[in-house]
Amino acid sequence: MPVIEIENLVKSYRVYQKREGLAASIKGLFRREYREVNAVRGIDLTVDQGEFVAFLGPNGAGKTTTLKLLSGVINPTAGVCRVMGHIPWRRENAYRRRFALVMGQKNQLWWDLPAQESFRLHQHIYRIDPKAFQRTLDELTDLLDIGRLLSQPVRELSLGERMKMELTAALLHSPEVLFLDEPTIGLDVVAQHNIQQFLNYYQEKRRITILLTSHYMKDVAALCKRVVIITQGQIKYDGSLSGILDRFSGSKIVTLQLPENEKVDHPEQLGEVLKIEPPKIKLRVPRQQVPSLLSQFLDHHVVEDIMVEDPPLEEVIASLFAETSGDSMSNPAPSYPRSEST
Amino acid sequence: MSAIRARLMSGWTFFRISLEERLVYRGDFMLGTLMRFLPIVTQIFLWWAIFESISSSSKATIAGYTREDMIAYYLLAMVSRAFSSMPGLTGGIALQIQTGEIKKFLIQPIDMLGCLLLQRTAHKLVYYVIAAIPFALVFYLCRDFFTRGWPPMEVLVAFVLSLVMAFLMGFFIEACIGLVGFWFLEITSLAFVYMLLNFFLSGHMFPLDLLTTESVDLRVFVEAIPLKYLAYFPAAIFLEKIPRDQLAVQLAIEAVWLLFFILLSRILWARGVRRYSGFGG
Repeated sequence: MPVIEIENLVKSYRVYQKREGLAASIKGLFRREYREVNAVRGIDLTVDQGEFVAFLGPNGAGKTTTLKLLSGVINPTAGVCRVMGHIPWRRENAYRRRFALVMGQKNQLWWDLPAQESFRLHQHIYRIDPKAFQRTLDELTDLLDIGRLLSQPVRELSLGERMKMELTAALLHSPEVLFLDEPTIGLDVVAQHNIQQFLNYYQEKRRITILLTSHYMKDVAALCKRVVIITQGQIKYDGSLSGILDRFSGSKIVTLQLPENEKVDHPEQLGEVLKIEPPKIKLRVPRQQVPSLLSQFLDHHVVEDIMVEDPPLEEVIASLFAETSGDSMSNPAPSYPRSEST
Repeated sequence: MSAIRARLMSGWTFFRISLEERLVYRGDFMLGTLMRFLPIVTQIFLWWAIFESISSSSKATIAGYTREDMIAYYLLAMVSRAFSSMPGLTGGIALQIQTGEIKKFLIQPIDMLGCLLLQRTAHKLVYYVIAAIPFALVFYLCRDFFTRGWPPMEVLVAFVLSLVMAFLMGFFIEACIGLVGFWFLEITSLAFVYMLLNFFLSGHMFPLDLLTTESVDLRVFVEAIPLKYLAYFPAAIFLEKIPRDQLAVQLAIEAVWLLFFILLSRILWARGVRRYSGFGG
């Protein structure tokens, strides 16, 4: 059953434009030029109950704006959206008790007081039964290992500890839908890993629906089966993480390990040469040419080892992001720069 | 019934946490409390000198105020201001809009103005508890300036009512100005203009009875605008400058103004939120 239904969602802002210099500033006092920024341009998306979906996209792609629309922080310019049957920007309490948004680090916690106080406030705001509250709090503090930090003022916690507290605050009322905006940003590798593990465990156990935006491929790879790529306010891809490669990468990386005395005269004829470290040659080869290339090569050369791999996902996604004016999902031909091959 | 109980509980918890938050910064708090008494000392010296220069007789009056009345007025205006002043409220709201912190009030099932009012009430209560001793001391030392002694009971009741309303009026006026931040991100100048007007037209600086009625009738103007309720009005009630039969009517007019600002703040919030672009990540 779909939990989130988005149809043709549009959000545009009017942004004041000012040229450089004092004269332009004075002119701006009388007449202002505005530019329309289309942060989200007609997004359609359906998310089912229990899905863990990642929004991937470069800065300014519209990921965060979409989360803000879904959580009712902002009103859209056009379009329809329902989350668990509620229209988010009506901000009904019945809806607000059923979801949580974690965005930034100074959201829900009282800066000068221990997190415990903020949690207690949440208990009453969200009308959580005292027994259920204590049970959830114990579970979360145990999983996130923050028991000893509960009575320390929030401002004295580290970034990673604060994020754990934010997550705890967000999950106390057992939301059915959770929106996470860059939950691991600025954290060290260990803290990132901890948060990932926690989210993974929690989502699997509770089967809640989570939408996450992140820049870190590791977050996405560790957590989400479904990936939605947004660039320039539009969805460019919606599918599995591995599907990105099938769809947008037309090549494979082939590594040939040759015996000491074996020589290849014109390696550039085999494919795009990425690296030659005798006795190893690393090539980028169009996907469909890989079998024929290998059989031909084996006919003429002795080979010790062969490795055929997909190009790194980061690389594929980066080139997808870099493509600024591109095709939408409906266009089957990917237009990211393919490798040249001979 | 349980919904009301739940609402009361969350209100109470919010209030309690606000109290605790207020007690975190002890040094700043104590200093702030004591500093409040400093301006009054200069005012006493200033008016003493003015009355001295007019006449050495203690019966001399300015706009119906004797030397003692004048000083009593300042002491009472200080009490009014202790209720109506809202340091940091306007700027705080505007900053929350600017930085995006305001979104917690949009995503959680809570009401921002209600929460801010509870928080402010908590902060004021802590202030009164701590300031009660110095206030009592100052009033005790200055008891001779209150030449008429304690006013009758009905005046005292009106005085207390006017103080409570001064608190609410100060809160809702400043909240409205802060909410303008949804339209103009930077509202420092607007807040400054309000502070200036408040300073001169609320009776903070001098009793409004001193305003000219000759070439331009400023008195009519200040009587027509609600700023007087922030400082002058409670003091004037206590000093019985408001005729007894007018008390109820004047308090009713104040209540109407208060209602106006409550409604205005609600409208500004509802419209502002619709316009909000969710700045700051």
